[in-house]
Amino acid sequence: MTPTARNAAEAPAGHRTASRSGLHARASRSLVVLPGRAPVSTTPKVSLNDICLTYGVNTKGRLIALDHINLHVQPGEFLCIVGPSGCGKSTLLHLVAGLHRQTTGEVLIDGKAAQGTGTDRILIFQELGLFPWLTVQQNVEFGLRMAGVSKAERESKAADYLRLVHLHQFRDNYIHQLSGGMRQRVALARALATEPDVLLMDEPFAALDAQTRDLLHDELERIWAETGRTIIFVTHNVREAVRLGDRVVLLTFRPGKVKREYHVDLPRPRHLEDVPVATAAREILGELREEINKSLEAEYGNETNR
Amino acid sequence: MKRTARYVLFYSVLIAAWVILAKLKVWPPYIFPTPWGVGEALWAGFADHSFWIAIAVSMKRMLIGYGLSVVFGMILGLGIANSKFLEETVGGLLVSLQSLPSICWLPIAVLWFGLTEKAILFVVVMGSLLSVTISMETGRKQLPKIYSMAGRNLGAGGFQLLLHVTLPASLPYIVTGLKQGWAFAWRSLISGEMIFVSLGLGQLLMMGRDLNDMSQVIAVMILIIALGYIVDGLVFKTVEKRLQERWGLAPAS
Repeated sequence: MTPTARNAAEAPAGHRTASRSGLHARASRSLVVLPGRAPVSTTPKVSLNDICLTYGVNTKGRLIALDHINLHVQPGEFLCIVGPSGCGKSTLLHLVAGLHRQTTGEVLIDGKAAQGTGTDRILIFQELGLFPWLTVQQNVEFGLRMAGVSKAERESKAADYLRLVHLHQFRDNYIHQLSGGMRQRVALARALATEPDVLLMDEPFAALDAQTRDLLHDELERIWAETGRTIIFVTHNVREAVRLGDRVVLLTFRPGKVKREYHVDLPRPRHLEDVPVATAAREILGELREEINKSLEAEYGNETNR
Repeated sequence: MKRTARYVLFYSVLIAAWVILAKLKVWPPYIFPTPWGVGEALWAGFADHSFWIAIAVSMKRMLIGYGLSVVFGMILGLGIANSKFLEETVGGLLVSLQSLPSICWLPIAVLWFGLTEKAILFVVVMGSLLSVTISMETGRKQLPKIYSMAGRNLGAGGFQLLLHVTLPASLPYIVTGLKQGWAFAWRSLISGEMIFVSLGLGQLLMMGRDLNDMSQVIAVMILIIALGYIVDGLVFKTVEKRLQERWGLAPAS
């Protein structure tokens, strides 16, 4: 399916176009914390069941990275995961992508156990991992080429997705000739070109300047609406999470556990400067602060004691 | 401009000194050749096709021997980089073998293959295999993990990953090793040909000695230098520069 074929109206998730009345009803409290909300009756797109990840099982210095993570992501949902650095949020994405294996627990895609990597779930790495020996177009075509798609089809699909991220005129450039924001968009187009159901994004905008990031937030939101993908988005920026997500999950610092979930019932399109966004972010930040302090203590603890 | 001027000046002085020394006739020409004698030898060598034949024979051996080195060196290097066991066993052996001049393989080669083309190729391969292997190994290890993760993530597996990700990604890391491998192969070939007679530039050089023809010796030496320079300085430099430009490692000039 081409990205433009499916429009926002057809997109499955109803909560995407949150009603205005909802905003008014919760004007004083923009965030609804619903820890026990019953899951929607459809099969979750992605289910993490009791995921544990332990490093160094044989040695004494055992590190529990992830501790009984249970998460269910609905089809078409935009889920954001926030947490202090070192809480294992990137690792969680690698598990879903199949690039890493959990110690116990299971990752289900459409209710079926995920086997290794698969182009139904594509990860956009923090460092992007674009291939410098290929042009922009060849980068976007890469996944299709591996799948044995014919040259003509590859080219037309790559053209579609490059237009979607407004990079069609740069298709013959090499990666180092592009700006940070443009590279980010190439990575997005490359991931979308394989038409994955699930898009996994690992702090993709962390290294960008504020203006570029704002623009990319808008573009990502638009593309999400146009393509109806399920997105799991990891960030340490709470405002960004509230700006983008239908739901924000807060992880604790070492071991990584789900501390709290927040449903963000704010109308779209949102902006980082919106007062409700800021208010909601502040609320989550209060909880996050505790975890950040723990992570700082772990890093600097020894020195402050002296 | 200034640089070319310096080059011209340096070589003019060098040749002028040579001409003066030759004119003074301090030594007989079979010990100290004249520039015009060397020029004549070069001309004659190309005119009677003996130089062309020698170049063709030597280049053919280089291409086959070096080609084999690159293929096997890459396979070996990748194997060593991917296996702790191979690294500790074969890897260590290769490093110690590096101190062995490649011409030392000639006796074995002759005993194994006899006085054949294969013996020469064996020496060439042994001369360049190690540097290709070691550069492939270090190249593979330096390779950022992100590329293979991204490749796997996009559905590349096994051989596809090797062909479309690992090899192209390690090119800028191994191009120096490939260049060095070529230089070693070239040296091994010439020394092999000098000892083991069967056409080629090395043999031409020894023929000059046998005939007490100093002019031919110098002419062939100039030829060997020129060929080495053309391949090393022009072919490899260009490839290296193109790679760096494409990877964004050097500013495109």
